[in-house]
Amino acid sequence: MEQTTYTLDQDIQDFISNCMTLEHPESYLIAVLHKVQGRYGYLSEKHMDEVAHLLQVPTSTVFGVATFYHFFRLKPAGKFKISICLGTACFVKGADLVLDAFKTELGCSLGDTTSDGMFSLEGTRCLGVCALAPVVTINEQVFGNVKPTQVSEILNKMKEAKVEA
Amino acid sequence: MKYINATIDGMPVSVLEGTTIMEAADKIGAHVPRLCYHPFLSTEGACRICVVEVEGMRNYLPACATAITEGMNIKTNSPQIRQTRRDLVELLLDNHPKSCLTCDRDGNCELQNLAYKLGVRERLFEGDRKRHPIEDSSVSLIRDAEKCILCRRCVRVCSEIQGVHNLSQLYRGFDTVVAPAFEAPMDDSVCIKCGQCINVCPTAAFIEQDATELVWAALDNPDLHVVVQTAPAIRAAIGEGWNLPPGTPSTGKMITALRRLGFDGVFDTDFAADLTIMEESHEFIERVKKGEKLPLITSCSPGWIKFLEHFYPEFIPNASSCKSPMQMESTLLKTYYAEKMGIDPEKIFVVAVMPCVAKKYEARRPEHYLKENVPHTDAVLTTRELIWMIKAYGIDFLNLPDGEFDNPLGFSTGAGVIFGSTGGVMEAALRTAYEMITGEPVKELEFTDVRAVEGLREATIKVGDLDVNVAVANGLNNAKTILEKVKSGEKQFHLIEIMACPGGCVAGGGQPLVYAGDYVYPLYPELIRKRQGALYTIDERKEIRKSHDNPYIKEIYKEFLGKPGSEKAHHLLHTHYEAKLPRGIK
Repeated sequence: MEQTTYTLDQDIQDFISNCMTLEHPESYLIAVLHKVQGRYGYLSEKHMDEVAHLLQVPTSTVFGVATFYHFFRLKPAGKFKISICLGTACFVKGADLVLDAFKTELGCSLGDTTSDGMFSLEGTRCLGVCALAPVVTINEQVFGNVKPTQVSEILNKMKEAKVEA
Repeated sequence: MKYINATIDGMPVSVLEGTTIMEAADKIGAHVPRLCYHPFLSTEGACRICVVEVEGMRNYLPACATAITEGMNIKTNSPQIRQTRRDLVELLLDNHPKSCLTCDRDGNCELQNLAYKLGVRERLFEGDRKRHPIEDSSVSLIRDAEKCILCRRCVRVCSEIQGVHNLSQLYRGFDTVVAPAFEAPMDDSVCIKCGQCINVCPTAAFIEQDATELVWAALDNPDLHVVVQTAPAIRAAIGEGWNLPPGTPSTGKMITALRRLGFDGVFDTDFAADLTIMEESHEFIERVKKGEKLPLITSCSPGWIKFLEHFYPEFIPNASSCKSPMQMESTLLKTYYAEKMGIDPEKIFVVAVMPCVAKKYEARRPEHYLKENVPHTDAVLTTRELIWMIKAYGIDFLNLPDGEFDNPLGFSTGAGVIFGSTGGVMEAALRTAYEMITGEPVKELEFTDVRAVEGLREATIKVGDLDVNVAVANGLNNAKTILEKVKSGEKQFHLIEIMACPGGCVAGGGQPLVYAGDYVYPLYPELIRKRQGALYTIDERKEIRKSHDNPYIKEIYKEFLGKPGSEKAHHLLHTHYEAKLPRGIK
């Protein structure tokens, strides 16, 4: 009696099966999680459980690894992916205050997604446009010289854009 | 093997290659303070309390995780080292609730003890403290992550000894927490409720669910007939609550204490252990005759049964359908005893004192109810809880006269007593099965081949013309080894005894915690051996040592049950198991 049916794409299952033929299959856990997140955008509990069973690594270990590394997402990204540059220049110019404003407006924390699935909030490294510090990108759009007071305006714009679209 | 020479605190030492600084220092009486270290689990090196100074090294090194090298000059003490250790403990305390006075482990907490020993008299580092809700979904135990110091002993025991891997460290840094996968409630996890996390925890991050309130209330209720049964392993350990050496048999005092607490009847789970042997031997012989569903695997340990259901459901048909002795005794108390005494079974309140927290779970399994809302076992107390109740009541345990169990459900043979040790169920079953199969009295009563402290033993016992291949496993990682052998067909076994806890029930998750001030740890083989010794001594001194010779067993079959394996016996004394989710990873 094995685990219920697997929902991971066949090629990922094949990748794991191949890992199982190698020495120390458990050492491929992070590589497997990368693949799963690359495909589905995040790591769902169901997928983590499937990885655990296919790779024969305890589920608690899989979840421990997934929560240890900031790169792994446990929730799907929002429709609008808000990235706040937390590089040195932006930080000095008050990116932390901008971040706080986003947290308050959205009611979610860094790395989290709003309950309506609309916005997700992330920090990034230097984006290379320090002249515009502090910089925020939302999906492909770049916002420069962002002040905490502009945050709600920016969010409203995004919501409207969504309605128009 | 190569010997290495080094100097510790100016004293020359010569130790085998691979010896750690801590081991070598222990040998010369330099007890380096320690916290995350546990001699029977893998080395962690997380707490850094055991740091020592090694000449030529820039930083202090953890004594538990550093092997001695040739010519090492080690200092275990200096004002700076002592200050460093004290700072480390202060930092731990700063991230710890200040609720020592009301904590379950007050007076028996390794962190508290260490803080005292190292001279922490004030809290200098006031800062943020981690906040986590108490997780009490399980009927067996409570997880209080605020008291956790991240030593990972529970994670290690859960994976290295039990092979369950339910616990892991999740998240990182300040947010790190020990919990099951997906931070699921313990009740929705693969937790088998063995309670070994409680035993190895240096603080009170894991503790049993309290049942004492329920029992006090029942004892105070004049409408209830409150009876109690005690498992074999209790008598071997309860004295530790009053600093008697481990392995001091305290059956008589325990019985008197229970009577003084106000129980209307004091019975012995060992009686039901004898009954289990009758039913299980019958089951075994039937299966051998038919040559099916072999090996037969014992079913007394509820932790093992939960493990079976999560990890090895394919072996469910092999597990004996016998209820555990606790459930057999409770069932009989609410049927046979109720009938005999003319008491409405719903007015009988059955308390079971167990060395186990999985028993609290077993008692609430839906299979074990007389009818809706009427469980066979109303409350399960651990040995620790009973010790506390006796103390709370003001009973001078050490000066109590010896008492006797009530009959008919309180008389047991030596075979019933040894159930509390690993190999005990096997030995008891062999004593009876031998005679049932051959029709001749067994020549050598003590099957010493199946007596073992180590986790795993295989033996072949000659029973008449039959070579019976048996295996005894304790600690579920050892059970895995045996079950995988069965699966691969590497060896054909007839009978397997599995107990979840290392050493058997005597070292169960509900037994007295070893006093944190001593250099003794839970799982310490010497401690387990002493408790087992008490049971084997009681067995040796019994006049009747074979379950089928128990006169009250004969009587109950004659009066009430018919014969072993009868329809009535099946209805009352047997149960069933089912595969459970989440499925564990072997």
